[in-house]
Amino acid sequence: MSRRGFLLGAIMVAVAAVGAVFWMGHREYEAPGQQAATVDAAQLVEHGRYLARMGNCAGCHTAPGGAAYAGGRALATPFGTFYGPNLTPDPQHGLGNWSADDFWRALHQGKGADGTLLYPAFPYPSYRHVSRADADALFAYLRSLPPSAQANRPHDLAFPYDQRWLVAVWRAFYFRPGSDEPPPRESSEAWLRGRYLVQGLAHCAECHTPRNRLGAMAQEAGLAGSLIGGQSWYAPPLTGDRVTGLGDWTRQDIVDLLKTGIARRSHASGPMAEAVHQGFQYASDADLEAMATYLKSLPAVGTDSEAVSAAASSAVMDTGGRLYEQHCAQCHAADGQGSQPAWPPLAGNISVVAASPDNTIHMVLSGGFSPVTAGNPQPHGMPPFGQALGDQDVAAVVSYIRQSWGNQASAVSLPEVRRVREAVR
Amino acid sequence: MSFVTNYKYKFLGGFAAVALSAPLAAQQPEKLEPGTMTARMAACTACHGAQGRAGPDGYYPRIAGKPAEYLYNQLVYFRAGQRQYRPMQNLLENMSDDYLRQIAAWFADQHPPYPEPKPSRLPAATLERGRLLVQEGDRARGVPACVACHGQALSGVLPAVPALLGLPHDYLSSQFGAWTNGLRKAIAPDCMADIARRLTPEDVSAVAGWLSSQRVREAVPAASLPAPLPMECGSQVHVGGRP
Repeated sequence: MSRRGFLLGAIMVAVAAVGAVFWMGHREYEAPGQQAATVDAAQLVEHGRYLARMGNCAGCHTAPGGAAYAGGRALATPFGTFYGPNLTPDPQHGLGNWSADDFWRALHQGKGADGTLLYPAFPYPSYRHVSRADADALFAYLRSLPPSAQANRPHDLAFPYDQRWLVAVWRAFYFRPGSDEPPPRESSEAWLRGRYLVQGLAHCAECHTPRNRLGAMAQEAGLAGSLIGGQSWYAPPLTGDRVTGLGDWTRQDIVDLLKTGIARRSHASGPMAEAVHQGFQYASDADLEAMATYLKSLPAVGTDSEAVSAAASSAVMDTGGRLYEQHCAQCHAADGQGSQPAWPPLAGNISVVAASPDNTIHMVLSGGFSPVTAGNPQPHGMPPFGQALGDQDVAAVVSYIRQSWGNQASAVSLPEVRRVREAVR
Repeated sequence: MSFVTNYKYKFLGGFAAVALSAPLAAQQPEKLEPGTMTARMAACTACHGAQGRAGPDGYYPRIAGKPAEYLYNQLVYFRAGQRQYRPMQNLLENMSDDYLRQIAAWFADQHPPYPEPKPSRLPAATLERGRLLVQEGDRARGVPACVACHGQALSGVLPAVPALLGLPHDYLSSQFGAWTNGLRKAIAPDCMADIARRLTPEDVSAVAGWLSSQRVREAVPAASLPAPLPMECGSQVHVGGRP
């Protein structure tokens, strides 16, 4: 083959590859389907409000102290900070010129009304499971909000993630629009409903499923637990693993946590506290039961063995034990059992015995209240110890907590404490 | 420490100051009974002292006995980021308005004794300037007297004006910094932000020095003022944190 012929061939291959990536990054699988015949408009709006809470849309689209759904809330990620856009019916800054079809396309295909490829920080890999009827209800609710002329704040992303056209490449590799669910292993109505909510609007996988370096969820890993990038919180496994997952939780424990923020075995903290406070506490018992039914059907995936580690040195355990006695035992008790419902147990708590020590370090540094819910209207608060304890002491006391009362998680290193301290500053 | 250094220390230098402050959580004396407000508020009293009597390090202010509406407003502001202090925002992010009201009411009802004030190390002339500003204001610059809003005894006025005595010098002076650079905001018209911008750093140091060295005479806020407010203040008019 002549040199010119080779070049020509190479160019043709390159063009074909770029074309294929472009096509794969932009393709749409399903048509929007038919907008459901309008039932009762007010009922539709009410249903949409319910769904918006379930999905905690406000978690990204309402700034603290800001107008509802007018956007501006920061979402820290390893790629930079995203700012949720304005969802109110303002024609210039919000969704005022969107149709119900456009809204459905955003949820399912990850595209704006003008065809802009959306960053998957908007969790369309999960929302593609949302039914047309539910999408329409959500849209009707958003249309009912008072319009806000708040301009969208541009995302603050590192190069090359700020190049939006690269989203097409990401999508070509990692996004398959449409539903690709395997046939149900069980098919009770509750299980199906639970799966629909967990995989779809509740977007549990967005935090609880591990991601690769480009932020794509490792779907095959299921809800096996993951660090939440950029936030130093760890979303524990929701799988049937007995120590680190929900294997020893009852369905009622799961419902309790979602509804009230506190359960027999753990309390919601960090991003989960927000999901409960803004969302799940308002869900119907039937929907929470359904989610628990689905979650309890997930098999163990081996996270327990990954979270077992060698014992810390006796010097660390001595120091940690002394600090625990001084600062922690008052509430969490010498035997790590806490005093429910005020203070959660630390023994066997999935936030404590996880493969990642981040949640425990985070709580020790920042403290926090369990979320306020109708079921727990006056939560107890944990003091922040970040100012009172140095990194060495935090490492010691967290190591002690992770290795006492039958807990067998890894000891904590100074760099781990420093990393979390950096994130909570 | 001069005001300017101090000011930088607290604000321009970020929160390093807080990290350097004395161990706070170490001072948890009493046994906590779950289900009591004392136990629920352990996250607050770790820094603000038992019953909210103030932290030991001269930065965390007394919150005990302040008007409930004032405390509620501040909690709402911290939650919404109008008053910026990350540890406060972290603690408040998943709280309801109802619970914030209960928390404010509980601290408003606490009346632990005030400690003896620390004598100021500022020169007498500076303190006198502080006293003058507090009691007379400075008409030429449009600075009203502190007592005109905070009460003749500086013990605060219902519903939402806080007491100014029993607060540490550092806390007082850094609030002026926060108003000036927008880290602390209230409902408009934000009278304290306006006043802070009319004061020089020397004024602030003098006022903080005089206030922090006075003995508390009245432990509870006054029911009302003898005369109308000299300035319009959003947070006194729109009680409840929102216009």
